[in-house]
Amino acid sequence: MDIIDNLILGFSVALTPFTLFLAVVGCFLGTIIGALPGLGPSNGVAILIPITFSLGLDATSALVLMTSVYYGAMYGGRISSILLNIPGDEPALMTTLDGYPMAKQGRAGEALVLSGVASFVGAFLATLGLILLAPVLAEVAYSFGPAEYFALYLLAFCTLGGMSSNNQAKSALAACLGLGISMIGVDNSSGMERFTGGNLHLMDGIDFLVAIVGLFAIAEVFFFIESHGKSSSIGIKLEKVVIPWKSIMETKWVMLRSSLLGFVAGVLPGAGASLGSFMAYMSEKAIAGEKGGFGTGVPKGVAAPEAGNNAAAGGALVPMLTLGVPGSGTTAVLLALLMTLNITPGPTLFAERPEVVWGLIASLLIANVVLLLMNVPMVKIFVRVLQVPPWILLPGVTMVSFVGIYSLSGSYFDLLLMVGFGILGYALRKLDIPTVPVILGILLGSNMEDALRRAMVIADGEFTYLFSSPIAIGLWIAAIVGFVAPMFLRNILKKPQRITD
Amino acid sequence: MKAPAFKKIAAGVLLSVGLVGNSFAAECIAPASPGGGWDFTCRIIGKIMYEIGAVDKPIQVTNMAGAGGGLAYNHVVAERNDDVDVFIAASSATATRLAQNAYAGKTADQVRFVGAIGADPGVIVVADDSPYKNLKDLLDAIIKDPKSVTFAGGSAVGGFDHLKPLMLLQRAGFTDVTKVKYIGVNNGGDAITQTIGGFTQAMTGDMSEVVGFLKTGKVRAIAVLTEERVPGFEDVPTAKEQGYDVVAVNWRGMYVPKGVSDEVFNMWAERLQKVADSKQWAEAMTANGLAPFTKVGDDFQEYVTNVVKEINTMSKDIGVIK
Repeated sequence: MDIIDNLILGFSVALTPFTLFLAVVGCFLGTIIGALPGLGPSNGVAILIPITFSLGLDATSALVLMTSVYYGAMYGGRISSILLNIPGDEPALMTTLDGYPMAKQGRAGEALVLSGVASFVGAFLATLGLILLAPVLAEVAYSFGPAEYFALYLLAFCTLGGMSSNNQAKSALAACLGLGISMIGVDNSSGMERFTGGNLHLMDGIDFLVAIVGLFAIAEVFFFIESHGKSSSIGIKLEKVVIPWKSIMETKWVMLRSSLLGFVAGVLPGAGASLGSFMAYMSEKAIAGEKGGFGTGVPKGVAAPEAGNNAAAGGALVPMLTLGVPGSGTTAVLLALLMTLNITPGPTLFAERPEVVWGLIASLLIANVVLLLMNVPMVKIFVRVLQVPPWILLPGVTMVSFVGIYSLSGSYFDLLLMVGFGILGYALRKLDIPTVPVILGILLGSNMEDALRRAMVIADGEFTYLFSSPIAIGLWIAAIVGFVAPMFLRNILKKPQRITD
Repeated sequence: MKAPAFKKIAAGVLLSVGLVGNSFAAECIAPASPGGGWDFTCRIIGKIMYEIGAVDKPIQVTNMAGAGGGLAYNHVVAERNDDVDVFIAASSATATRLAQNAYAGKTADQVRFVGAIGADPGVIVVADDSPYKNLKDLLDAIIKDPKSVTFAGGSAVGGFDHLKPLMLLQRAGFTDVTKVKYIGVNNGGDAITQTIGGFTQAMTGDMSEVVGFLKTGKVRAIAVLTEERVPGFEDVPTAKEQGYDVVAVNWRGMYVPKGVSDEVFNMWAERLQKVADSKQWAEAMTANGLAPFTKVGDDFQEYVTNVVKEINTMSKDIGVIK
């Protein structure tokens, strides 16, 4: 078997005591980086790249260290989502929806262990997918043009309606707010500035991380100040941490489905991890229906987005390695690392540099196992964060957020913007408007618009081009079904509920 | 026992941040997010400078993404004007944007351009099954029916990748350049993917972006925009030999703040020259599809001034700016 031989080659390159040590260090650093608000996987990896040079690491060791950090950060993002209701990075956004309610019920340990296992399943399956299918999957990217991407984003958007269970109008409003914010910046299709007021800092638009940290972390601080520290949502009772075998078994199909969906989203260069976790969450929510209790703290709502986003992180490596096209911010950084090591990813990489590719794959597998072994016992340490008094914890989180955001572009403007988002988040929460759709609006809006504008340039404004391929039509149908179905299903689903009430 | 664990983690993080902060001497600002060309320039030049001993401590790379390099440019002009320990990655895109006044009124003479030590030749690429066999086929098709061809490139509308086909069409006598269809995607790789997929008919970009795809035979390069054919790619004809006199290379270089002394300027020029002469740089160039292009010191400053003038005139001609 070729694959076995290749894997042996990979492990012979990547599995030495020294690289194992690096993997442990990388996973640990990555987990911390992922958990700290404002420090996402991409700036985490970027910050650590110079260290690989100053340590004089060779190509393989550098790769092992960085992929461990990458996967570690994807694992770590969930920790602050669950414990503090502050997503550590954008793919961890969806984990707040059920993870934090679980923590509030005193099930923080369970949520953390479960999400760790889900992360492992997602990342492991994605790595398997990468091994078995990478060359085939690379071809998928060729069949996605602007029209197909537009339909894909539309599909994501149409499921947004089911996002908030109590008030659809409010979540639609929040999504529109996000869409509006995503319009800020240089318009890619005309080269002209929009809504920037001539401010250079706004020309590239608003970074998701700034919005996330502002809306979640900074808003939390405002609430804390307002209540004089009394009604802070942080400071939760704790139960003993045990491995929740029951929840793990219950969510095994959820993990598998979400991994598959996340992986596909990751493979598409124009989609990425955030879309992967979002789609995984929304489709599981749809499958579970109203009685599934998504949004109130159910294990499935934690397992789905975590399996989804970690699978997407692995999937994103497919276009990066086979096409040299980064599907996400972090893979762009890994691409930069490879290029500084004089390795140019592209269609010939698998044939020309097998030791690099298979070394990387082996190090992914190593990192994944190390992360699982490390994360489950570490849950006991993580949950202790909750016992830190809020008057120490919140200023600490704020400080880390400021440092993290400053490291993004090295300008104080982003810090002001972040505080601005904090105020917005405070106002929105006072009005009981969910903040998650705002972020999704920003995240999806600009990509969706770019895809539409490109399609229109290609087709000279002929809108039928949007339905010109089977993939596009399929996605349109899914989008329409996703939008319309909940309206009818709601009536059907409500009846039995009344009886049980 | 709760707090100590948290404190240990916090202390560990602070300690490592402190150590990292101390161990750097000079700083290279990459005016873009990690992963792009400028980031590459900073990281690889910084790495080689340290390896060959041109600097005694590793170079710290700061990513200052924003406004297509404008944010970093303004930052350097306004706040770091006499900082001797900083250099900033630059390329043809920097010159293009300066020429198009896209840096909020800042001009090219507000910094000192130290040098360029490599260039990425411009290329026009079509899918392997494309009916356009050479540059003439493609340009003639556009002149006949501008709607028949869409270009994909990694820069936004009006950027360097967009200008390349427009310059070619201008040489071919086609002046209604606003009719030419172009979509700006996220990067060169995306542009190629769209072209192989048949969504766009041609890709305009840099040689480094197409190297891997050329080897697989999925795409054909129909023109390279250099004076002579590029070593290693002798079968790709230049635009010039096909009768369209356009040279467009994306040089990779750097600038330093205006306020530094001549000694400091020369020190950076010397360091850059050492990198240019190193074995490591030669390897990095081959691996990344760069062609030799060494202009260091006052020569380079003059070159940039001329290029900015030229692009400014051309951008007015083609209506990108008034």
